[in-house]
Amino acid sequence: MTGVLPVALNDATKALQALLLAGKEYVGVMKLHREVPEDRLLEVMKEFQGVIYQRPPIRASVKRRLRTRKIYRLQLLELDGKYALFRVACEAGTYIRKLCVDIGEALGCGAHMQELRRVRSGPFTEDENLVTLQDLSDAVYAWKNEGDEEPLRRLVFPMEKALSLLPRIVIRDSAVDAICHGAQLAAPGVLMLDDGIKAGDKVVILTLKGEAVAISTALAESREILEMRRGFVAKTERVLMKPGTYPKMWGS
Amino acid sequence: MEPLKPPWEVERKLLVKDEGETDPRYGCKPEDRTLEEHLRLGVINLDKPSGPSSHEVTAWVKRIVGVEVAGHGGTLAPSLGGEIPA
Repeated sequence: MTGVLPVALNDATKALQALLLAGKEYVGVMKLHREVPEDRLLEVMKEFQGVIYQRPPIRASVKRRLRTRKIYRLQLLELDGKYALFRVACEAGTYIRKLCVDIGEALGCGAHMQELRRVRSGPFTEDENLVTLQDLSDAVYAWKNEGDEEPLRRLVFPMEKALSLLPRIVIRDSAVDAICHGAQLAAPGVLMLDDGIKAGDKVVILTLKGEAVAISTALAESREILEMRRGFVAKTERVLMKPGTYPKMWGS
Repeated sequence: MEPLKPPWEVERKLLVKDEGETDPRYGCKPEDRTLEEHLRLGVINLDKPSGPSSHEVTAWVKRIVGVEVAGHGGTLAPSLGGEIPA
């Protein structure tokens, strides 16, 4: 398989968990074992949109029990004889090879996945700054041998990009260092937050400058947090910012 | 089945709880980081070639950029590899 593979450097690896759980998008070729009319294929593919049941294949990296996965969108881009070019947007952990086999079974003719390219991993897409190993190697050369930082800087996203699909909670400077030491976020530290957060949701804690401080679990919903005067609103799960970046403003 | 909205198409609205200011002496905007800091906190949107594994490609990135640690977000199987979920 080819395509979008976000690679995090050094401390940005701490933000990777947000990507592992993020939705993905693929373009692939499915080979049907017998030709079928296009409207029949479209009809069957439509059945695989929404929540599907999927049993992981024999050679899988997870336990083989039936589980549900969300297929946000499944489109047929082109049908040429037995070859179906498709695009699928799905939840993390969906087996596309299995999806093709299951579609083949539903059609009654059988099918398998022939080729696959990932065109999106969470917030990263094929259309925005997708870098080849050669591009990267050239940019590092320009930096190390010609003293030009710009090409490399342009090829690298700040880790905040990897977190950009998580709901946000923006906090005061005075609340930052306590979070960096693993403390829970208390209500008075909150300045802004995204609508629609529910208790238990993973959120990203940001400074007013837009820097990621931590990945946390919300302890209340957005509208409640907005009204809270005291108490904890989010539990820190993964600290992303170095302690001491902001001054210590909390009692020891 | 009803199509579901992918998470990247969900629009969010920022609600304001309180006013605040940030002290320019501490931290900095992500886009204003020095190159060293940018690489310490950076993510590369890599176009994985077919053939090598995600793990091998990540090791190459590590060597090319000269960083101590690198990790990838979600394995993409090599062309004829085993079954790995999305």
